[in-house]
Amino acid sequence: MAFLTPDLNPALAEIVLGSGICVVLLADLFISDRWRDLTFAIAMAVLVATAWVAGGIGLNGVEITFDGSFIADPLARVLKLLSALVVAVVFLYSRAYLKDRDIYKGEYYLLGLFALLGIFVMISAYSMLTMYLGLEMLSLSLYALVAFDRESPVAAEAAIKYFVLGAIASGCLLYGMSIIYGVTGSLLLPEINAALLQSGPNDIVALVGLAFIMVGIAFKFGAVPFHMWLPDVYQGAPTCVTLFIGTAPKLGALALAIRVLFEGLGPIATSWEAMLTVLAVLSLGIGNVVAIVQTSMKRMLAYSTIGHVGFIFLGLLAGTEAGLEASLFYTIVYVMMAAAAFGVLILMSRRGFDADALDDFKGLNERSPWFAAIMMLVMISMIGVPPLAGFYAKWWVLAAILDQGHLWLAVTAVMFSVIGAFYYLRILKLMYFDEPENVIELDAPFDMRLVLSINGALLLAIGLFPDRLIAICAGVFP
Amino acid sequence: MLGLTQYLILSALLFSISVAGIFLNRKNVLLLLMCIELMLLAVNFNFIAFSRFLGDTSGQVFVFFILTVAAAEAAIGLAILIVLFRSKRTINVEDLDVMKG
Repeated sequence: MAFLTPDLNPALAEIVLGSGICVVLLADLFISDRWRDLTFAIAMAVLVATAWVAGGIGLNGVEITFDGSFIADPLARVLKLLSALVVAVVFLYSRAYLKDRDIYKGEYYLLGLFALLGIFVMISAYSMLTMYLGLEMLSLSLYALVAFDRESPVAAEAAIKYFVLGAIASGCLLYGMSIIYGVTGSLLLPEINAALLQSGPNDIVALVGLAFIMVGIAFKFGAVPFHMWLPDVYQGAPTCVTLFIGTAPKLGALALAIRVLFEGLGPIATSWEAMLTVLAVLSLGIGNVVAIVQTSMKRMLAYSTIGHVGFIFLGLLAGTEAGLEASLFYTIVYVMMAAAAFGVLILMSRRGFDADALDDFKGLNERSPWFAAIMMLVMISMIGVPPLAGFYAKWWVLAAILDQGHLWLAVTAVMFSVIGAFYYLRILKLMYFDEPENVIELDAPFDMRLVLSINGALLLAIGLFPDRLIAICAGVFP
Repeated sequence: MLGLTQYLILSALLFSISVAGIFLNRKNVLLLLMCIELMLLAVNFNFIAFSRFLGDTSGQVFVFFILTVAAAEAAIGLAILIVLFRSKRTINVEDLDVMKG
């Protein structure tokens, strides 16, 4: 059998990122602690180059390579460009935080970049093998990142919980993949699709495989009842790592769900739509209700994530193109909101102090009116009030499921959003109507203040002029 | 001659044992790592059986990748375990209860 060199062009972004990681890995060995900023600079340069390659070639056209196990399509290019940018923002936010805690090491950037490479592979995966490899690359980097602050017992506990539960989820996903492989005789998504079309939507064995795969997907998103890890990891990890986990991996998880469910298991859609319905309703309910009783901001944001995942699943279960576009739009907006929310938390932290309790938000308006305003934008956007980006995200998802006649689902979603509004509004009350417990100035480097401001302003800008992002999301699915 | 069904039953049994082990075990985190390893091996068994009976090699290729990833996973798991033991002086599952709610 002759070995043919595969076409490497579609994977150019991954190759650039992979080479960049090697450069960071080697360079960091020779950089002393005093010059650690250099590692940061190289990592940022790698990210910019990757984003340039991922988005610069033009977003159109579908290319499949590596014997059909790798795809570069508009969806992949948009998500890769976004996730590279998001990771760059995350690195920027975390720099001061890492320095204050004496964990300003090259490993943070290395693990972050490896996680990004995993996300890239997940986004472009077109066979179950690449999918699994990308997912594991992402997960293994994240486990290590959570345990990154070696002095912290809470972080170690969060890491071991994340590791054990994550490994179980990977195991379930793999078991599901093996069953699907047995039923269809192939690992490639298009061939799986074709084989399932022949065997029909009621093949019991395929449904068993689907159930196991769903467990894996639900876990990676953090949907109820597979959400146990999420609050603990969000709370226990250093805030800069929580920021990472809460943002870029969601883009990868969305791509994974779209590829497996729509492009691979499309013929058994009725079954996974039913499963997604259960997951979505439970996530909306538990996420929004349990968030109310939290006193830790990171934990509250974790439950709010679970609630938002419910909305993303609603868009997916509509099973239509409009639903997919709505899910994509929602995920992008959610990632921006989460980045800004954790960014404000990092901004409020200083040496020897981690802002986490809700009470730390008391009187933020007196300490820094500008960043209180940014936090207000984020919270209002998370509730889904016009004219902020979160409103369009929710509205579009609801429109997509109403089109499919899921009236009661839409009603449930709106009801739980209203319940959820309570805990977001409580933050506003704390910030604007309570007395501050201290009046220590917020100190953060200029670049972080600037990017955080842009991040908050973008939520308003997208809310006022959503056409641009809507057009991008709609252009992704031909 | 064993048929495909027997292999699948064996792998399903192994998988169930590992899941039960994870949820029943309340003592030691090391046991959890062993159960996770067993889980991946059960999946490997499934892949090999299917690959053999379908006459398709891609399943066996997948198994090599799973073995490699499992090794990396074990390494990271043990590393986290060491960090945990250093800071808490215990690897008892019941003592991992700082965060709740």
